[in-house]
Amino acid sequence: MEGFKTLLYKECLRFWKVGFQTVLSPVLTAVLYLLIFGHVLENHVQPYPGVSYTAFLVPGLVMMTVLQNAFANSSSSLIQSKITGNIVFVLLPPISYQEFYAAYVIASVLRGIACGVGVLLVSLPFASLSLAEPGWVLAFTLTGGAFLGTLGVIAGIWADKFDQLAAFQNFLIMPLTMLSGVFYSIHSLPVFWQGVSHFNPFFFMIDGFRYGFFGVSDVSPWTSIGVVAVCFVVLAVITLQMLARGYKLRA
Amino acid sequence: MIPALRIAGVTKRFRSLQALAGVDLEVVQGEFFGLLGPNGAGKTTLISSLAGLARPDSGTLEVMGHDVIKDYRAARLALGVVPQELVFDPFFSVREMLRIQSGYFGIRNNDDWIDEILHHLDLTGKAGANMRMLSGGMKRRALVAQALVHRPPVIVLDEPTAGVDVELRHGLWQFIRKLNQDGHTIVLTTHYLEEAESLCGRIAMLKAGRVVALDTTANLLQRFATHTLKLQLAAPVSLPPPFSARIVSQAGTELVLGFDHYDDVGHLLAGLRAAGGEITDMALGKPDMEQVFVGIMNQN
Repeated sequence: MEGFKTLLYKECLRFWKVGFQTVLSPVLTAVLYLLIFGHVLENHVQPYPGVSYTAFLVPGLVMMTVLQNAFANSSSSLIQSKITGNIVFVLLPPISYQEFYAAYVIASVLRGIACGVGVLLVSLPFASLSLAEPGWVLAFTLTGGAFLGTLGVIAGIWADKFDQLAAFQNFLIMPLTMLSGVFYSIHSLPVFWQGVSHFNPFFFMIDGFRYGFFGVSDVSPWTSIGVVAVCFVVLAVITLQMLARGYKLRA
Repeated sequence: MIPALRIAGVTKRFRSLQALAGVDLEVVQGEFFGLLGPNGAGKTTLISSLAGLARPDSGTLEVMGHDVIKDYRAARLALGVVPQELVFDPFFSVREMLRIQSGYFGIRNNDDWIDEILHHLDLTGKAGANMRMLSGGMKRRALVAQALVHRPPVIVLDEPTAGVDVELRHGLWQFIRKLNQDGHTIVLTTHYLEEAESLCGRIAMLKAGRVVALDTTANLLQRFATHTLKLQLAAPVSLPPPFSARIVSQAGTELVLGFDHYDDVGHLLAGLRAAGGEITDMALGKPDMEQVFVGIMNQN
Protein backbone atom coordinates (compact mmCIF):
# COMPACT_ATOMS: atom_id res chain seq x y z
CA MET A 1 0.00 0.00 0.00
CA GLU A 2 2.93 2.32 0.69
CA GLY A 3 4.07 1.92 -2.92
CA PHE A 4 0.65 2.96 -4.19
CA LYS A 5 0.51 5.96 -1.85
CA THR A 6 3.98 7.07 -2.92
CA LEU A 7 3.18 6.74 -6.61
CA LEU A 8 -0.01 8.75 -6.08
CA TYR A 9 1.96 11.39 -4.15
CA LYS A 10 4.62 11.48 -6.88
CA GLU A 11 2.03 11.90 -9.62
CA CYS A 12 0.36 14.76 -7.73
CA LEU A 13 3.72 16.40 -6.94
CA ARG A 14 4.66 16.11 -10.61
CA PHE A 15 1.74 18.24 -11.85
CA TRP A 16 1.82 20.55 -8.83
CA LYS A 17 5.47 21.45 -9.48
CA VAL A 18 4.50 22.78 -12.89
CA GLY A 19 1.21 24.30 -11.72
CA PHE A 20 1.37 27.24 -14.12
CA GLN A 21 1.18 24.82 -17.00
CA THR A 22 -1.04 22.13 -15.49
CA VAL A 23 -3.56 24.13 -13.41
CA LEU A 24 -3.45 27.87 -14.07
CA SER A 25 -3.25 27.65 -17.87
CA PRO A 26 -6.40 25.53 -18.26
CA VAL A 27 -8.21 27.82 -15.81
CA LEU A 28 -7.26 30.86 -17.89
CA THR A 29 -8.36 29.13 -21.12
CA ALA A 30 -11.75 28.26 -19.64
CA VAL A 31 -12.26 31.77 -18.30
CA LEU A 32 -11.48 33.22 -21.74
CA TYR A 33 -14.15 30.94 -23.24
CA LEU A 34 -16.55 32.17 -20.55
CA LEU A 35 -15.84 35.84 -21.17
CA ILE A 36 -16.04 35.63 -24.96
CA PHE A 37 -19.01 33.28 -25.39
CA GLY A 38 -20.81 34.80 -22.39
CA HIS A 39 -20.40 38.30 -23.76
CA VAL A 40 -21.51 37.38 -27.28
CA LEU A 41 -24.42 35.06 -26.46
CA GLU A 42 -25.71 36.23 -23.05
CA ASN A 43 -28.64 38.19 -24.50
CA HIS A 44 -29.37 35.81 -27.39
CA VAL A 45 -29.56 32.35 -25.87
CA GLN A 46 -31.44 31.03 -22.86
CA PRO A 47 -30.94 27.25 -22.76
CA TYR A 48 -33.16 26.60 -19.71
CA PRO A 49 -35.98 28.80 -18.37
CA GLY A 50 -34.66 31.11 -15.67
CA VAL A 51 -31.01 30.21 -16.34
CA SER A 52 -28.80 32.81 -18.05
CA TYR A 53 -26.43 31.66 -20.81
CA THR A 54 -23.34 32.57 -18.77
CA ALA A 55 -24.61 30.60 -15.77
CA PHE A 56 -25.41 27.68 -18.11
CA LEU A 57 -21.93 27.87 -19.58
CA VAL A 58 -20.01 27.75 -16.27
CA PRO A 59 -20.73 24.10 -15.26
CA GLY A 60 -20.00 22.97 -18.82
CA LEU A 61 -16.63 24.71 -18.82
CA VAL A 62 -15.82 23.40 -15.34
CA MET A 63 -16.56 19.82 -16.39
CA MET A 64 -14.77 20.21 -19.73
CA THR A 65 -11.70 21.41 -17.82
CA VAL A 66 -11.96 18.50 -15.37
CA LEU A 67 -12.16 15.98 -18.22
CA GLN A 68 -9.44 17.41 -20.43
CA ASN A 69 -6.99 17.76 -17.56
CA ALA A 70 -7.69 14.34 -16.13
CA PHE A 71 -6.80 12.94 -19.55
CA ALA A 72 -3.76 15.17 -19.91
CA ASN A 73 -2.35 14.18 -16.54
CA SER A 74 -2.09 10.42 -16.89
CA SER A 75 -1.32 10.47 -20.61
CA SER A 76 1.46 13.07 -20.45
CA SER A 77 3.04 11.58 -17.34
CA LEU A 78 3.19 8.12 -18.88
CA ILE A 79 4.48 9.14 -22.28
CA GLN A 80 7.14 11.40 -20.75
CA SER A 81 8.26 8.56 -18.48
CA LYS A 82 8.32 6.13 -21.40
CA ILE A 83 10.25 8.42 -23.72
CA THR A 84 12.78 9.55 -21.12
CA GLY A 85 13.05 5.96 -19.85
CA ASN A 86 12.37 6.77 -16.20
CA ILE A 87 9.26 4.54 -16.29
CA VAL A 88 11.65 1.82 -15.01
CA PHE A 89 11.61 3.50 -11.60
CA VAL A 90 7.91 2.62 -11.34
CA LEU A 91 8.23 -0.80 -12.98
CA LEU A 92 11.11 -2.11 -10.84
CA PRO A 93 9.47 -1.73 -7.39
CA PRO A 94 6.91 -4.17 -5.94
CA ILE A 95 3.89 -2.18 -7.14
CA SER A 96 1.01 -4.24 -8.55
CA TYR A 97 -0.62 -3.29 -11.83
CA GLN A 98 -3.85 -2.49 -9.94
CA GLU A 99 -1.97 -0.07 -7.67
CA PHE A 100 -0.23 1.40 -10.71
CA TYR A 101 -3.60 1.97 -12.39
CA ALA A 102 -5.28 3.40 -9.28
CA ALA A 103 -2.42 5.83 -8.56
CA TYR A 104 -2.38 7.27 -12.10
CA VAL A 105 -6.18 7.57 -12.30
CA ILE A 106 -6.67 9.10 -8.85
CA ALA A 107 -3.90 11.64 -9.52
CA SER A 108 -5.65 12.49 -12.79
CA VAL A 109 -8.97 13.01 -11.01
CA LEU A 110 -7.26 15.22 -8.43
CA ARG A 111 -5.69 17.38 -11.14
CA GLY A 112 -9.06 17.57 -12.89
CA ILE A 113 -10.67 18.69 -9.63
CA ALA A 114 -7.93 21.27 -8.97
CA CYS A 115 -8.47 22.77 -12.42
CA GLY A 116 -12.27 22.52 -12.20
CA VAL A 117 -12.37 24.25 -8.80
CA GLY A 118 -10.11 26.96 -10.22
CA VAL A 119 -12.48 27.58 -13.15
CA LEU A 120 -15.49 27.58 -10.83
CA LEU A 121 -13.96 30.08 -8.40
CA VAL A 122 -12.82 32.47 -11.13
CA SER A 123 -16.25 32.21 -12.83
CA LEU A 124 -18.30 33.05 -9.74
CA PRO A 125 -18.12 36.86 -10.19
CA PHE A 126 -19.52 36.48 -13.74
CA ALA A 127 -22.55 34.27 -13.09
CA SER A 128 -25.12 33.61 -10.42
CA LEU A 129 -24.93 29.89 -9.72
CA SER A 130 -26.91 27.63 -7.45
CA LEU A 131 -25.91 24.16 -6.34
CA ALA A 132 -29.21 22.28 -6.54
CA GLU A 133 -27.86 18.72 -6.21
CA PRO A 134 -24.22 18.72 -5.02
CA GLY A 135 -24.18 14.91 -4.86
CA TRP A 136 -24.55 14.74 -8.65
CA VAL A 137 -21.78 17.29 -9.09
CA LEU A 138 -19.46 15.08 -7.07
CA ALA A 139 -20.62 11.84 -8.73
CA PHE A 140 -20.03 13.12 -12.28
CA THR A 141 -16.73 14.76 -11.33
CA LEU A 142 -15.40 11.49 -9.96
CA THR A 143 -16.74 9.13 -12.64
CA GLY A 144 -16.00 11.53 -15.51
CA GLY A 145 -12.51 12.30 -14.18
CA ALA A 146 -11.79 8.59 -13.66
CA PHE A 147 -13.08 7.80 -17.18
CA LEU A 148 -10.74 10.36 -18.75
CA GLY A 149 -7.87 9.47 -16.41
CA THR A 150 -8.26 5.88 -17.59
CA LEU A 151 -8.40 6.94 -21.22
CA GLY A 152 -5.19 8.89 -20.53
CA VAL A 153 -3.51 5.75 -19.18
CA ILE A 154 -4.47 3.88 -22.37
CA ALA A 155 -3.25 6.70 -24.61
CA GLY A 156 -0.03 7.17 -22.62
CA ILE A 157 0.80 3.48 -22.82
CA TRP A 158 -0.25 3.06 -26.46
CA ALA A 159 1.50 6.14 -27.88
CA ASP A 160 5.16 5.72 -28.77
CA LYS A 161 5.76 9.40 -29.48
CA PHE A 162 4.28 12.76 -28.53
CA ASP A 163 2.81 13.13 -32.00
CA GLN A 164 0.58 10.08 -31.54
CA LEU A 165 -0.58 11.33 -28.17
CA ALA A 166 -1.34 14.77 -29.65
CA ALA A 167 -3.43 13.05 -32.33
CA PHE A 168 -5.36 11.16 -29.65
CA GLN A 169 -5.94 14.40 -27.78
CA ASN A 170 -6.77 16.66 -30.74
CA PHE A 171 -8.77 14.26 -32.90
CA LEU A 172 -10.66 12.38 -30.20
CA ILE A 173 -10.75 14.06 -26.79
CA MET A 174 -11.04 17.67 -27.97
CA PRO A 175 -13.89 17.17 -30.50
CA LEU A 176 -15.83 14.90 -28.16
CA THR A 177 -15.63 17.44 -25.32
CA MET A 178 -16.35 20.47 -27.50
CA LEU A 179 -19.33 18.71 -29.12
CA SER A 180 -20.75 17.44 -25.86
CA GLY A 181 -23.04 20.35 -25.02
CA VAL A 182 -20.58 22.53 -23.14
CA PHE A 183 -21.66 25.59 -25.12
CA TYR A 184 -25.26 24.64 -25.96
CA SER A 185 -28.20 22.50 -24.93
CA ILE A 186 -28.65 19.63 -27.38
CA HIS A 187 -32.32 20.63 -27.68
CA SER A 188 -31.10 23.55 -29.78
CA LEU A 189 -29.69 21.05 -32.33
CA PRO A 190 -31.52 19.46 -35.28
CA VAL A 191 -33.06 16.09 -34.37
CA PHE A 192 -30.36 14.14 -36.23
CA TRP A 193 -27.52 15.77 -34.28
CA GLN A 194 -29.45 15.36 -31.04
CA GLY A 195 -29.44 11.62 -31.78
CA VAL A 196 -25.74 11.63 -32.64
CA SER A 197 -24.98 13.41 -29.36
CA HIS A 198 -26.39 10.45 -27.46
CA PHE A 199 -23.46 8.36 -28.73
CA ASN A 200 -21.01 10.76 -27.14
CA PRO A 201 -20.31 9.74 -23.53
CA PHE A 202 -18.94 13.22 -22.85
CA PHE A 203 -22.42 14.63 -23.44
CA PHE A 204 -23.77 12.58 -20.50
CA MET A 205 -20.91 13.74 -18.24
CA ILE A 206 -21.54 17.41 -19.01
CA ASP A 207 -25.31 17.12 -18.88
CA GLY A 208 -25.33 15.20 -15.59
CA PHE A 209 -22.80 17.54 -14.03
CA ARG A 210 -24.90 20.53 -15.06
CA TYR A 211 -27.96 18.90 -13.49
CA GLY A 212 -26.15 19.11 -10.15
CA PHE A 213 -26.18 22.90 -10.44
CA PHE A 214 -29.61 23.64 -11.91
CA GLY A 215 -31.70 20.55 -11.24
CA VAL A 216 -32.50 20.64 -14.99
CA SER A 217 -30.88 18.61 -17.77
CA ASP A 218 -31.41 17.30 -21.29
CA VAL A 219 -31.61 13.67 -20.08
CA SER A 220 -32.18 12.12 -16.66
CA PRO A 221 -29.06 12.21 -14.46
CA TRP A 222 -29.67 8.54 -13.67
CA THR A 223 -29.38 7.69 -17.35
CA SER A 224 -26.25 9.82 -17.60
CA ILE A 225 -24.53 8.31 -14.58
CA GLY A 226 -25.42 4.85 -15.87
CA VAL A 227 -23.84 5.53 -19.27
CA VAL A 228 -20.74 7.13 -17.75
CA ALA A 229 -20.32 4.36 -15.17
CA VAL A 230 -20.63 1.60 -17.78
CA CYS A 231 -18.14 3.37 -20.08
CA PHE A 232 -15.73 3.80 -17.17
CA VAL A 233 -15.99 0.17 -16.07
CA VAL A 234 -15.43 -1.10 -19.66
CA LEU A 235 -12.38 1.13 -20.08
CA ALA A 236 -11.04 0.22 -16.63
CA VAL A 237 -11.28 -3.50 -17.44
CA ILE A 238 -9.48 -2.98 -20.77
CA THR A 239 -6.77 -0.89 -19.10
CA LEU A 240 -6.24 -3.38 -16.30
CA GLN A 241 -5.90 -6.14 -18.90
CA MET A 242 -3.29 -4.08 -20.74
CA LEU A 243 -1.36 -3.48 -17.54
CA ALA A 244 -1.62 -7.09 -16.41
CA ARG A 245 -0.11 -8.20 -19.73
CA GLY A 246 2.52 -5.47 -19.50
CA TYR A 247 1.43 -4.11 -22.91
CA LYS A 248 4.20 -1.79 -24.19
CA LEU A 249 5.60 -1.52 -20.66
CA ARG A 250 7.14 -4.91 -19.95
CA ALA A 251 8.76 -6.60 -22.97
CA MET B 1 21.63 -21.92 1.44
CA ILE B 2 19.15 -20.44 -1.05
CA PRO B 3 20.99 -19.07 -4.09
CA ALA B 4 20.84 -15.32 -4.56
CA LEU B 5 19.76 -15.91 -8.16
CA ARG B 6 18.50 -19.08 -9.78
CA ILE B 7 17.89 -18.99 -13.53
CA ALA B 8 16.65 -22.18 -15.17
CA GLY B 9 15.94 -22.83 -18.84
CA VAL B 10 15.13 -19.21 -19.65
CA THR B 11 14.29 -18.40 -23.26
CA LYS B 12 13.14 -15.12 -24.75
CA ARG B 13 12.50 -14.24 -28.35
CA PHE B 14 11.90 -10.76 -29.82
CA ARG B 15 10.35 -11.44 -33.22
CA SER B 16 13.16 -13.06 -35.26
CA LEU B 17 15.82 -12.50 -32.58
CA GLN B 18 16.40 -15.27 -30.05
CA ALA B 19 17.66 -13.04 -27.22
CA LEU B 20 17.92 -15.87 -24.67
CA ALA B 21 18.22 -19.44 -25.88
CA GLY B 22 18.01 -21.48 -22.69
CA VAL B 23 20.01 -19.87 -19.91
CA ASP B 24 20.81 -21.80 -16.72
CA LEU B 25 22.70 -20.01 -13.99
CA GLU B 26 22.99 -19.87 -10.22
CA VAL B 27 24.60 -17.09 -8.24
CA VAL B 28 25.52 -17.86 -4.64
CA GLN B 29 24.69 -15.39 -1.88
CA GLY B 30 27.57 -13.01 -1.19
CA GLU B 31 29.21 -13.53 -4.59
CA PHE B 32 30.64 -10.80 -6.79
CA PHE B 33 29.51 -12.25 -10.10
CA GLY B 34 30.34 -11.04 -13.59
CA LEU B 35 28.09 -11.39 -16.60
CA LEU B 36 30.07 -10.73 -19.75
CA GLY B 37 29.35 -10.91 -23.42
CA PRO B 38 29.43 -8.91 -26.63
CA ASN B 39 26.65 -6.48 -27.51
CA GLY B 40 23.44 -8.37 -28.22
CA ALA B 41 24.52 -11.43 -26.25
CA GLY B 42 21.43 -11.23 -24.02
CA LYS B 43 22.88 -9.72 -20.84
CA THR B 44 20.38 -6.89 -20.55
CA THR B 45 17.47 -9.15 -21.55
CA LEU B 46 18.48 -11.53 -18.77
CA ILE B 47 18.67 -8.68 -16.26
CA SER B 48 15.35 -7.30 -17.49
CA SER B 49 13.79 -10.73 -17.01
CA LEU B 50 15.13 -10.87 -13.45
CA ALA B 51 13.77 -7.41 -12.73
CA GLY B 52 10.34 -8.07 -14.23
CA LEU B 53 10.90 -5.62 -17.10
CA ALA B 54 10.74 -8.48 -19.61
CA ARG B 55 8.79 -11.72 -19.45
CA PRO B 56 10.58 -14.89 -20.47
CA ASP B 57 8.90 -17.20 -22.99
CA SER B 58 9.88 -20.19 -20.88
CA GLY B 59 11.95 -21.06 -17.83
CA THR B 60 12.02 -19.68 -14.32
CA LEU B 61 13.94 -16.96 -12.52
CA GLU B 62 14.22 -16.60 -8.77
CA VAL B 63 15.73 -13.89 -6.59
CA MET B 64 16.56 -15.12 -3.08
CA GLY B 65 14.21 -18.03 -3.67
CA HIS B 66 11.30 -15.87 -4.86
CA ASP B 67 9.90 -16.43 -8.35
CA VAL B 68 10.05 -13.13 -10.24
CA ILE B 69 6.54 -13.57 -11.64
CA LYS B 70 4.54 -15.59 -9.09
CA ASP B 71 6.13 -13.93 -6.06
CA TYR B 72 7.14 -10.69 -7.71
CA ARG B 73 6.77 -8.46 -4.65
CA ALA B 74 9.28 -10.44 -2.56
CA ALA B 75 11.58 -10.89 -5.58
CA ARG B 76 11.64 -7.16 -6.36
CA LEU B 77 12.18 -6.23 -2.72
CA ALA B 78 15.27 -8.44 -2.79
CA LEU B 79 16.67 -6.91 -5.97
CA GLY B 80 18.27 -3.55 -6.74
CA VAL B 81 18.93 -2.79 -10.40
CA VAL B 82 21.14 -0.05 -11.80
CA PRO B 83 19.89 0.29 -15.37
CA GLN B 84 22.23 0.68 -18.29
CA GLU B 85 20.54 3.79 -19.72
CA LEU B 86 21.22 7.11 -18.00
CA VAL B 87 17.59 7.80 -17.06
CA PHE B 88 16.25 10.27 -14.52
CA ASP B 89 13.05 12.09 -13.59
CA PRO B 90 13.51 15.79 -14.39
CA PHE B 91 10.78 16.90 -11.97
CA PHE B 92 12.62 16.04 -8.76
CA SER B 93 15.74 16.74 -6.74
CA VAL B 94 18.12 13.92 -5.82
CA ARG B 95 16.72 13.66 -2.28
CA GLU B 96 13.08 13.83 -3.42
CA MET B 97 13.77 11.12 -5.94
CA LEU B 98 15.40 8.87 -3.32
CA ARG B 99 12.53 9.43 -0.87
CA ILE B 100 10.02 8.59 -3.60
CA GLN B 101 11.98 5.49 -4.56
CA SER B 102 12.05 4.42 -0.88
CA GLY B 103 8.27 4.82 -0.73
CA TYR B 104 7.82 2.64 -3.82
CA PHE B 105 9.55 -0.11 -1.84
CA GLY B 106 7.34 0.48 1.20
CA ILE B 107 9.90 2.38 3.26
CA ARG B 108 9.07 5.64 5.03
CA ASN B 109 11.48 7.88 6.94
CA ASN B 110 14.53 6.54 5.14
CA ASP B 111 16.63 9.70 5.42
CA ASP B 112 19.41 8.20 7.56
CA TRP B 113 20.16 5.53 4.95
CA ILE B 114 19.68 8.02 2.10
CA ASP B 115 22.27 10.32 3.74
CA GLU B 116 24.68 7.41 4.07
CA ILE B 117 24.29 6.41 0.42
CA LEU B 118 24.71 10.02 -0.70
CA HIS B 119 27.87 10.32 1.40
CA HIS B 120 29.41 7.14 -0.02
CA LEU B 121 28.56 8.15 -3.56
CA ASP B 122 29.89 11.67 -3.03
CA LEU B 123 26.49 13.21 -3.74
CA THR B 124 25.77 14.87 -0.36
CA GLY B 125 26.38 18.32 -1.82
CA LYS B 126 23.91 17.62 -4.61
CA ALA B 127 21.04 16.28 -2.49
CA GLY B 128 18.91 19.36 -3.13
CA ALA B 129 19.86 19.74 -6.79
CA ASN B 130 17.41 18.89 -9.54
CA MET B 131 18.38 15.73 -11.42
CA ARG B 132 18.67 17.75 -14.64
CA MET B 133 21.50 19.80 -13.15
CA LEU B 134 23.77 16.82 -12.48
CA SER B 135 26.68 15.83 -14.71
CA GLY B 136 26.61 12.44 -16.47
CA GLY B 137 28.80 10.83 -13.81
CA MET B 138 26.62 12.21 -11.01
CA LYS B 139 23.48 10.97 -12.71
CA ARG B 140 25.08 7.54 -12.96
CA ARG B 141 25.84 7.58 -9.23
CA ALA B 142 22.31 8.78 -8.48
CA LEU B 143 21.06 5.71 -10.36
CA VAL B 144 23.22 3.55 -8.12
CA ALA B 145 21.75 5.35 -5.09
CA GLN B 146 18.22 4.67 -6.34
CA ALA B 147 18.95 0.96 -6.63
CA LEU B 148 20.16 0.86 -3.03
CA VAL B 149 17.43 2.77 -1.16
CA HIS B 150 15.67 -0.43 -0.06
CA ARG B 151 18.93 -2.19 0.96
CA PRO B 152 18.43 -5.09 -1.45
CA PRO B 153 20.45 -8.26 -0.72
CA VAL B 154 21.09 -8.65 -4.47
CA ILE B 155 22.35 -5.75 -6.56
CA VAL B 156 22.57 -5.90 -10.35
CA LEU B 157 24.69 -3.31 -12.09
CA ASP B 158 24.23 -3.14 -15.84
CA GLU B 159 27.34 -1.40 -17.18
CA PRO B 160 27.49 1.06 -14.27
CA THR B 161 30.79 2.69 -15.22
CA ALA B 162 29.99 3.58 -18.82
CA GLY B 163 30.85 7.26 -19.20
CA VAL B 164 32.20 7.63 -15.65
CA ASP B 165 35.69 9.12 -15.27
CA VAL B 166 38.53 7.12 -13.70
CA GLU B 167 38.44 8.78 -10.27
CA LEU B 168 34.70 8.39 -9.87
CA ARG B 169 34.90 4.85 -11.17
CA HIS B 170 37.38 3.95 -8.43
CA GLY B 171 35.13 5.56 -5.80
CA LEU B 172 32.14 3.66 -7.12
CA TRP B 173 33.96 0.34 -7.04
CA GLN B 174 35.21 1.01 -3.52
CA PHE B 175 31.61 1.48 -2.40
CA ILE B 176 30.33 -1.56 -4.30
CA ARG B 177 33.17 -3.68 -2.84
CA LYS B 178 32.15 -2.50 0.63
CA LEU B 179 28.54 -3.51 -0.07
CA ASN B 180 29.78 -6.92 -1.19
CA GLN B 181 31.90 -7.27 1.97
CA ASP B 182 28.79 -6.38 4.00
CA GLY B 183 27.07 -9.42 2.48
CA HIS B 184 25.30 -8.04 -0.60
CA THR B 185 25.43 -10.20 -3.70
CA ILE B 186 26.67 -8.21 -6.67
CA VAL B 187 26.02 -9.07 -10.31
CA LEU B 188 27.93 -6.93 -12.76
CA THR B 189 27.83 -6.57 -16.51
CA THR B 190 30.57 -4.50 -18.06
CA HIS B 191 32.58 -4.08 -21.22
CA TYR B 192 35.62 -3.11 -19.12
CA LEU B 193 37.08 -6.60 -18.83
CA GLU B 194 39.83 -5.55 -16.44
CA GLU B 195 37.09 -4.42 -14.02
CA ALA B 196 35.43 -7.81 -14.19
CA GLU B 197 38.78 -9.53 -13.70
CA SER B 198 39.72 -7.54 -10.62
CA LEU B 199 36.25 -7.50 -8.98
CA CYS B 200 34.43 -10.71 -9.83
CA GLY B 201 35.00 -14.03 -8.12
CA ARG B 202 33.06 -15.88 -10.77
CA ILE B 203 32.18 -15.01 -14.33
CA ALA B 204 29.61 -16.20 -16.85
CA MET B 205 30.02 -15.38 -20.53
CA LEU B 206 27.03 -15.11 -22.79
CA LYS B 207 26.97 -15.35 -26.55
CA ALA B 208 23.84 -15.34 -28.72
CA GLY B 209 21.63 -15.93 -25.69
CA ARG B 210 23.60 -18.89 -24.29
CA VAL B 211 26.05 -19.29 -21.44
CA VAL B 212 29.27 -20.31 -23.20
CA ALA B 213 31.55 -20.18 -20.14
CA LEU B 214 30.96 -20.25 -16.40
CA ASP B 215 33.78 -20.58 -13.90
CA THR B 216 35.80 -18.76 -11.28
CA THR B 217 37.85 -15.88 -12.62
CA ALA B 218 41.07 -17.68 -11.63
CA ASN B 219 40.08 -20.86 -13.48
CA LEU B 220 39.07 -18.95 -16.59
CA LEU B 221 42.39 -17.15 -16.65
CA GLN B 222 44.26 -20.41 -16.13
CA ARG B 223 42.34 -22.26 -18.83
CA PHE B 224 42.05 -19.65 -21.51
CA ALA B 225 44.87 -17.14 -21.04
CA THR B 226 48.63 -17.31 -21.05
CA HIS B 227 51.54 -15.01 -20.35
CA THR B 228 52.52 -13.24 -23.51
CA LEU B 229 55.73 -12.08 -25.07
CA LYS B 230 55.06 -9.18 -27.39
CA LEU B 231 57.86 -8.65 -29.89
CA GLN B 232 58.60 -5.99 -32.44
CA LEU B 233 60.85 -7.42 -35.18
CA ALA B 234 63.06 -5.76 -37.75
CA ALA B 235 61.40 -7.88 -40.46
CA PRO B 236 58.60 -10.49 -40.55
CA VAL B 237 59.73 -13.98 -39.75
CA SER B 238 58.28 -17.47 -40.27
CA LEU B 239 58.56 -19.58 -37.12
CA PRO B 240 58.90 -23.36 -37.54
CA PRO B 241 57.18 -25.91 -35.22
CA PRO B 242 57.09 -26.25 -32.26
CA PHE B 243 57.46 -22.45 -31.88
CA SER B 244 54.70 -21.74 -34.38
CA ALA B 245 52.23 -23.34 -31.95
CA ARG B 246 53.06 -20.53 -29.49
CA ILE B 247 51.91 -17.75 -31.80
CA VAL B 248 49.00 -15.83 -30.25
CA SER B 249 48.93 -13.24 -33.02
CA GLN B 250 51.16 -12.08 -35.84
CA ALA B 251 50.68 -8.92 -37.87
CA GLY B 252 53.59 -7.77 -40.06
CA THR B 253 56.58 -7.20 -37.82
CA GLU B 254 54.54 -7.52 -34.60
CA LEU B 255 54.55 -10.98 -33.10
CA VAL B 256 52.86 -12.13 -29.89
CA LEU B 257 53.89 -15.48 -28.41
CA GLY B 258 52.21 -17.26 -25.51
CA PHE B 259 53.97 -19.13 -22.70
CA ASP B 260 53.07 -20.69 -19.35
CA HIS B 261 56.23 -20.19 -17.27
CA TYR B 262 58.89 -17.51 -17.31
CA ASP B 263 61.48 -20.27 -17.83
CA ASP B 264 60.06 -20.73 -21.33
CA VAL B 265 61.07 -17.21 -22.44
CA GLY B 266 64.74 -18.06 -23.08
CA HIS B 267 63.71 -21.09 -25.15
CA LEU B 268 61.32 -18.97 -27.25
CA LEU B 269 63.92 -16.27 -27.86
CA ALA B 270 66.46 -18.92 -28.91
CA GLY B 271 63.96 -20.38 -31.39
CA LEU B 272 63.26 -16.93 -32.78
CA ARG B 273 66.96 -16.20 -33.24
CA ALA B 274 67.41 -19.57 -34.98
CA ALA B 275 64.63 -18.59 -37.39
CA GLY B 276 66.45 -15.37 -38.23
CA GLY B 277 64.28 -12.99 -36.23
CA GLU B 278 65.83 -9.70 -35.13
CA ILE B 279 64.13 -8.13 -32.09
CA THR B 280 63.82 -4.34 -31.90
CA ASP B 281 61.41 -4.13 -28.92
CA MET B 282 59.94 -6.52 -26.39
CA ALA B 283 57.28 -6.54 -23.62
CA LEU B 284 55.88 -9.18 -21.28
CA GLY B 285 52.15 -9.47 -20.59
CA LYS B 286 50.25 -11.31 -17.86
CA PRO B 287 47.18 -13.48 -18.55
CA ASP B 288 44.12 -11.23 -18.70
CA MET B 289 40.37 -11.43 -19.13
CA GLU B 290 40.53 -9.94 -22.61
CA GLN B 291 42.41 -13.03 -23.85
CA VAL B 292 39.86 -15.23 -22.10
CA PHE B 293 36.98 -13.31 -23.60
CA VAL B 294 38.37 -13.29 -27.13
CA GLY B 295 39.36 -16.95 -26.88
CA ILE B 296 35.94 -18.10 -25.67
CA MET B 297 34.01 -15.95 -28.12
CA ASN B 298 36.11 -17.23 -31.04
CA GLN B 299 35.69 -20.84 -29.89
CA ASN B 300 31.91 -20.52 -29.91
